[in-house]
Amino acid sequence: MEIRYFDNNATSAVAPEVLEAMLPYLSDFYGNPSSMYAFAARAADGIDQARSRVAALLGANPEEIIFTSCGSESDNTAIFSALQAQPDKRHLITTRVEHSAILNTAQYWERQGCRVTYLNVDDRGRLDQEQYLQALGDDTALVSIMFANNEVGNIYPIQRMAEAARERGVLFHTDAVQAVGKTPIDLSHMPVDMLSLSGHKIHAPKGIGVLYVRRGVRFRPFLRGGHQERGRRAGTENVPYIVGLGKAAQLATEHLQEERIAVARLRDRLEQGIMAGVPDCIVNGDTENRLPNTSNISFKNVEGEAILLMLDRLGICASSGSACTSGSLEPSHVLRAMGVPFNYAHGSVRLSLSRYTTEEDVDYVTEHLPDVIKTLRAISPYKD
Amino acid sequence: MWNYTQAVHDHFLHPHNAGPLAGANAVGEVGSLACGDALKLYLKINGQGVIEDAGFETFGCASAIASSSVLTDMVKGKTVDEALKLTNKDIAEALGGLPREKMHCSVMGQEALEAAIRQWKGEPPIPHAQEEGRLVCKCFGVTDAQIIRAVRENGLKTLEEVTNYTKAGGACGDCQDEISQILAAELKQKPLTEIRPRPRMTNVQRMQQILKIIDGEIRPLLAADGGDIELVDVDGRRVVVSLRGRCSQCRSSDVTIRNLVERLLREHVESDLVVEEA
Repeated sequence: MEIRYFDNNATSAVAPEVLEAMLPYLSDFYGNPSSMYAFAARAADGIDQARSRVAALLGANPEEIIFTSCGSESDNTAIFSALQAQPDKRHLITTRVEHSAILNTAQYWERQGCRVTYLNVDDRGRLDQEQYLQALGDDTALVSIMFANNEVGNIYPIQRMAEAARERGVLFHTDAVQAVGKTPIDLSHMPVDMLSLSGHKIHAPKGIGVLYVRRGVRFRPFLRGGHQERGRRAGTENVPYIVGLGKAAQLATEHLQEERIAVARLRDRLEQGIMAGVPDCIVNGDTENRLPNTSNISFKNVEGEAILLMLDRLGICASSGSACTSGSLEPSHVLRAMGVPFNYAHGSVRLSLSRYTTEEDVDYVTEHLPDVIKTLRAISPYKD
Repeated sequence: MWNYTQAVHDHFLHPHNAGPLAGANAVGEVGSLACGDALKLYLKINGQGVIEDAGFETFGCASAIASSSVLTDMVKGKTVDEALKLTNKDIAEALGGLPREKMHCSVMGQEALEAAIRQWKGEPPIPHAQEEGRLVCKCFGVTDAQIIRAVRENGLKTLEEVTNYTKAGGACGDCQDEISQILAAELKQKPLTEIRPRPRMTNVQRMQQILKIIDGEIRPLLAADGGDIELVDVDGRRVVVSLRGRCSQCRSSDVTIRNLVERLLREHVESDLVVEEA
């Protein structure tokens, strides 16, 4: 059965160009980039090139790029560094809709005695800007706001929020794991101090991430040891994966503009097709301001896991914010923060596209999804 | 991805007896939209008390639908008395087992069956919240009676297991201490031994006992984190303490009081003590 992959916000396919770029570094150029001979310099050159490519994608300088193992490590490092470098400041600002890499880390620091402000969202998932401005204080060590939300795709006004933090002399971090490669980010015009990204969301493999740290920002390493990454992240460099991420960044830079439009067109076709074929469903999030590849739809009176398993039988890969899929007993914290009613929140399905999604894939979903919902609604005790 | 058995998959994809049952004379409804799963079970019971037919409507995940489907198969042909002997374990076993986190789906089946038969017998349909007990988990409407039953019938040993089977404590977590106490009481309880309530203490006895536990148990624990504790007053069941040293600046002092001081004093002195910070 053909796989119809609609879960690119969870992870994405490794681009063939990326795999090709990586292979020599897994076979031939295995030297340790720290070694002194020319053979190892091949590996070091690969890293340098990758660093430049990532920097180009973000509008940053190469020396501002630190390679890490994943987005979560980058997030942990950003918060750790901000608190360690400013021991007199014990307040964090983040949001109720962050990824767990930020939320659980913030809660950890809360237990260590820090104060954390979690910004509220409205019913479309838009951040409370008034609460944000009021929360910024002399004691605030860091603001960490996601660039775009992984579940509903909302893009947050990072430019404006980072400017407000800068005016108050507060460090600003953004978890841009879902945004990079999907929406333009130019750090040369945006007063963001730190930014996290993850390779496997942009067609590089899993196990590689980046923390951008603006030149001049005080930094404390999270992982101590060797001098790698100019002493900012110890551990022998994961050369093939760094090279892969560099290639993925280059592809994203080259194709971002055209892909945004093409992917958004397919997403809209998908969404309109579903809305036309299924009664009683709603699109979650800020439809005027969201990632081009993400659609989060709630189906009334059916449960998300049941939908996913039926889609799985058809070869369709998607995800859900329902309680049952996560092993927790409550629906997604994002949908709850938005106040999505329970009869919709349990039945949410997230479909996320990529440059590899085809019109045929989209039409396959819009053809089959209505029957799945109909079948489940037929045995649901809730009819209206 | 859940590791569902083939039987769960089969019942989910091709449910038996799905849909409302025409001519049903007993209906049991459990769960709610807020809880994330709900089951409406229909039974047709004849004059001899034999369940002739069954049907169901379920809102929920694959294991909830499969549990409902297999339950309708199991009860058909049984007398109501036989049906009432079915436990949630029987439902799970008929499916070749359920993932631990999904055991509450089998409990839901058993509860719906019981509710339907109650209705047929003309007993009042008792909503969850007041069902023979005290409401413990407010998020999912689970009573102490339901928790105790799940613990006994399934040999549950931990808080996590209780949550997997009943959902209690799985949302806000506020009732987790209470569930732990219910569980501790159940595990301690030996069958056939008489349970005698502890005789009431005098104020002096209570105070001495509290001091003994603070000195012997609580202070050493706090000292490990550079903290200390002082007993300020004992007024009936109200115990007033003051946290000292590092504890006094700790932002989680509320948690310390509730989870550590109150828990230990309740365990060793009296179960209804309330600890407050001076």
